[in-house]
Amino acid sequence: MKIITVSGPPSSGKTSVILKTVELLKREHLEIGVVKFDSLSTYDDLLYKKIGIKVKVGLSGNLCPDHYYMSNIEDCVKWGVKENLDMLISESAGLCNRCSPHIKDVLSICVVDNLSGINTPKKIGPMLKLADIVVITKGDIVSQAEREVFAFRVKQSNARASIVFINGITGQGAYDLSIRMREANAFSSIENKRLRFSMPAAVCSYCTGETRIGDVYQTGNIKKIRI
Amino acid sequence: MPNDIVLFRVEELFARYNYARDFFVSMGIAEIDTSLSLKEFVANIKHESLEDAGLNKEQLIENFMAFIDKMEALKSNSGNIVESISIIGGKDKYGNNEDINLELKLGEVISIVGPTGSGKSRLLADIECLAQKDTPTCRQILLDGKVPEANRRFSMENKLVAQLSQNMNFVMDLAVEDFIKLHAESRMLDKQNEIVAAIVSCANDLAGEKFDRDTPLTQLSGGQSRALMIADTALLSPSPIVLIDEIENAGIDRKKAVELLLKEEKLVLISTHDPVLALMGDKRLVIKNGGISKIIVLSKEEKDYIDVLEEIDRKMLGIRSHLRSGGVLDDKIVDFELARE
Repeated sequence: MKIITVSGPPSSGKTSVILKTVELLKREHLEIGVVKFDSLSTYDDLLYKKIGIKVKVGLSGNLCPDHYYMSNIEDCVKWGVKENLDMLISESAGLCNRCSPHIKDVLSICVVDNLSGINTPKKIGPMLKLADIVVITKGDIVSQAEREVFAFRVKQSNARASIVFINGITGQGAYDLSIRMREANAFSSIENKRLRFSMPAAVCSYCTGETRIGDVYQTGNIKKIRI
Repeated sequence: MPNDIVLFRVEELFARYNYARDFFVSMGIAEIDTSLSLKEFVANIKHESLEDAGLNKEQLIENFMAFIDKMEALKSNSGNIVESISIIGGKDKYGNNEDINLELKLGEVISIVGPTGSGKSRLLADIECLAQKDTPTCRQILLDGKVPEANRRFSMENKLVAQLSQNMNFVMDLAVEDFIKLHAESRMLDKQNEIVAAIVSCANDLAGEKFDRDTPLTQLSGGQSRALMIADTALLSPSPIVLIDEIENAGIDRKKAVELLLKEEKLVLISTHDPVLALMGDKRLVIKNGGISKIIVLSKEEKDYIDVLEEIDRKMLGIRSHLRSGGVLDDKIVDFELARE
């Protein structure tokens, strides 16, 4: 089973990109499943079901979505194998820019959009810097120059990735991505695989439910602004 | 790039690759001891800074080397990379063969006409992605008469195609000058001041209503934005092919705009409902039911009509600004001379 991780900031167009690409892959009679990770709620599973895709939803609630994703991904792989999928796609929102969802050897895609501002590629950490493919969306509503500058900034942040431009509404560009997805590595399990970079860490009193403000309430992994 | 790049002193690298410092600065690594070798410098970077950059030491060096490689490739590849494209017909919406084998060369203008929904945008999309009988139309696009190599098709580094459409807007909150400099920087061009001056003057020439280099992008009128986009695409975009989708009359001189793009030796394809733009094509592709149904070569007679249509256009614009400024219509303003002729 081919495994692909798709991540990107909220509202960058991850679901639209996956939907358009999967529509093309389904023509080749590939059995595809999606695991949608989100924090509080999602309706995207309905969109996937509508085009005949098997889908599982994981809501992280009050846990760090990145950590939640990591502690569930192997079970999702098992589910995909049981369902005889040809391809499993995990979709997770990078809710903080320090997100680090990419796994070594597993094809990783980061979706960013032209509207997010030209400094965004610099601001996103391992999620963009260590991705194999960076998909840039919403190019149809900004100028040619802004597209070129944005793509340059992405190259500056991650020169090793290939850049694919996709219009999530018309699907223009999705064909290029579908070719790359067909070439993804296949696995029957990803146990013992490693992340490309460590996840954001915080084990402090607030992680365990502290709500009061003040030095005396802060214990554990604490970092201060140099003022 | 030399193989032993990690042994080079950082100051040598910065001198050789003028964009190299920016790579580290953009990663949040601003304190750089340039007298060290790259290897020593990276070894000395604090663990915390790397954590914040989201890369470990090996990944940082790998990304740096890949960046230098790409930028050098970009620099050496500034000229036009193709001379012509060919469109080999596929099938229309009803599965009928599209009997076309059309070569389009740089320096030509091609207009594309057809009712809404007939497939004009689809044709532009096929060209943009260099379709290889694998899009819904089954068309094939050749570069210089040959099937493009797969890596050419999927390497987005040197995009062949620039696009302009009615829906595109500037979203950056910058002055015109800073915006153009940013674009020039991304192409690693020097002489940025001259470039800014050239683009602003070209855009003003197209727009009619003048703006200067300090004007914020967000304050440009529709016509000024369009004019700046066209001038910038002509003078600063490396793509040899320009696809224009539905740029209607926004108060810009369309004839000059097309001439500007041609002067830069580009192939210009215009999908349009506007009669003036339609007649600007050396060839006019008529789209029907998803396929190219006819290719009309612009005749001398048709060419003469461009002036007539432009005259009508000017008249309409005149009436528009007359009404906008509170005027009242009468025979003298409307001047039906043209219609009676």
